[in-house]
Amino acid sequence: MNDSGTTMAKETMQAIGDKSKNSESSEVKMFGLLAEFETPGAILSAAKKVNEAGYKWWDCCVPFPVHGLDKAMGVRPTILPWIVLGAGITGAILGALLQWYTNAATLELWSGPITVTGYAFLVSGKPFASIPTWIPVMFELTILLAAISCVVFMFVLNKLPQFYHPCFNVKRFARVTDDRFFIVIEARDPNFYQEKTAEMLTSLGATAVEEVPA
Amino acid sequence: MTTLPIDNTLDDPTKRSPLVLGHDDFASVTNTICNVNERRRPPRAWYICFAISSTFLGILGILIGYLFWTGVGVWGNQNPAMWGFPIVNFVFWVGIGHAGTLISAILFLFRQKWRTAINRFAEAMTIFAVICAGMYPGIHVGRVWVTYWLFPIPNQMEMWPQFRSPLLWDVFAVGTYFTVSLLFWYVGMVPDLATLRDRATTKFKAIAYGIFALGWRGSMRHWHRYERAYLLLAALATPLVLSVHSVVSFDFAVAQLPGWHTTIFPPYFVAGAIFSGFAMVMTLAIPARQWWGLKDFITMRHLENMNKIILVTGSMVGYAYAMEFFTAWYSGSMYESFAFVNRAFGQYAWAYWIMVSCNVIVPQIFWFRKARQSILIMFIASLLVNVGMWFERFVIIVTSLTQDFLPSSWDYFTPTWVDLVMFAGSFGLFLTLFLLFIRFLPVIAIAEVKAVMPQANPHADHGGDH
Repeated sequence: MNDSGTTMAKETMQAIGDKSKNSESSEVKMFGLLAEFETPGAILSAAKKVNEAGYKWWDCCVPFPVHGLDKAMGVRPTILPWIVLGAGITGAILGALLQWYTNAATLELWSGPITVTGYAFLVSGKPFASIPTWIPVMFELTILLAAISCVVFMFVLNKLPQFYHPCFNVKRFARVTDDRFFIVIEARDPNFYQEKTAEMLTSLGATAVEEVPA
Repeated sequence: MTTLPIDNTLDDPTKRSPLVLGHDDFASVTNTICNVNERRRPPRAWYICFAISSTFLGILGILIGYLFWTGVGVWGNQNPAMWGFPIVNFVFWVGIGHAGTLISAILFLFRQKWRTAINRFAEAMTIFAVICAGMYPGIHVGRVWVTYWLFPIPNQMEMWPQFRSPLLWDVFAVGTYFTVSLLFWYVGMVPDLATLRDRATTKFKAIAYGIFALGWRGSMRHWHRYERAYLLLAALATPLVLSVHSVVSFDFAVAQLPGWHTTIFPPYFVAGAIFSGFAMVMTLAIPARQWWGLKDFITMRHLENMNKIILVTGSMVGYAYAMEFFTAWYSGSMYESFAFVNRAFGQYAWAYWIMVSCNVIVPQIFWFRKARQSILIMFIASLLVNVGMWFERFVIIVTSLTQDFLPSSWDYFTPTWVDLVMFAGSFGLFLTLFLLFIRFLPVIAIAEVKAVMPQANPHADHGGDH
């Protein structure tokens, strides 16, 4: 099946640009094909093959992260850690600025209804900019900003929340959060030909292959 | 005693003990855990506990109203012990809150897979304990309508909080801890909320769980970022959890009061916090696994592991108690030496010895395998540890405050009935939230438990088939 996958990929390279061909093949508008697998091992080897066949618009939906599946699918590393690093550094700087401004400066930022002005706070003759005492608050703000941005950007990069997805219309897909493993290949993929793709998925060990209406 | 189908407490290094008993497919795991939320009625014990705890919550609400109306004089806080029950309870509850993040973050980084059965529990407990803790400083300030002075918000006096004070560090530490714990808990729960959404039998449930599940569909591309985010959160929460009780201990250690002014406080507080937190997890997990049929997930091995941690941290706490005495003697400071001799043999000796017996002596029973595997013994021990850890905070705060440098200002602290009932009320708040959590949210991390089952290894069944 591996061979036919690659030849299929070659054929499609020529067919790119003639996208209407894909949607005309079925009368109802289709989101793609959904293939069900029963074990993590089955979906892992199937995902490898689908990736090798050159598909781009496809996904695996699984009840828990199957070890090595992201690699098999060719998922590229996420930039999330860099965002979190940036947020952490911002938090530390913010913490230092906050404490410097509120306890060591006399700078007036705003004199509206509420005056926002620094207050050089003299306590027992301690230095205004007492850096060792800034550390706990700087540390906490580092963690706070890093953690919040970690969660927020994880969801943003995942394009969640997304309450509607065509797969939710397929009844068997409800078991994706229980005990079934699914491969979804979207119709917009240039390599997608309904019959050939379905054939390939069956030969990869799918226990069921179903159309997903758009 | 429980009877287990397989004994998974044996320590044979050549074999990996099963973490889930009696389930050989993923669906039965989902069914058993979801049954906790999906059964039409919770067990009778739930109703009884809920009736009691919500009554105490109501009493707490009334007493807070009484406090606001009358003033902080309703408490026993009086010169020289201006920090009485409110701060003792604050430190007690913050400490309880430490086990959750320890289990979810530190054990995650150490790849301790057994954490998956108890992490959701413990994280929930953390959040509710921190809510109880956070309440106390809020109502302790006296003029509650200016509680916002705790935060760096511009006010009518054009003044800011004083950032050289550990009390303000506390605001940041506890605030951050609460936020990060909540995020950690919620992020971990999203896939399980999706499970409950997909199994929902009524439209209302599907929508309610669906909103919080954010449309999670188990996409591996999502899981990829999700796992990375979870790892990052664990890495961020680990230093955080160690910092929170360190900062709480600075409230004392930075002061110059004998008995407070010691550098051992941060590690000693952190060990104590983990100790008390694990004891509270035990107290809650033992009845919960019994009533909701979760013994296959929270197995004897899990309980035994927790008992081992209680033994270790309890001994660390005992070591800290001993070192405090050594340091006091070695310092040559007469005030410091007096503070400690006074703790053990002075007017609060009864509290000190309750603390030592509960925190140091009781956990030593876990050196014995029989005790580590006896439900009754571990349940009683966990209750005693909770008692002991409350007394630890009482001893630290009250003995040092009531008898410091100047004998003419010495006094004896006596709590009022409001102090005592409010403390009971805080348990009402804690347990009410916890019971609601058990009823409506996934109590065990379903996706995580599946991932640690042998069947989840994609290479296991592959090799077997060929």
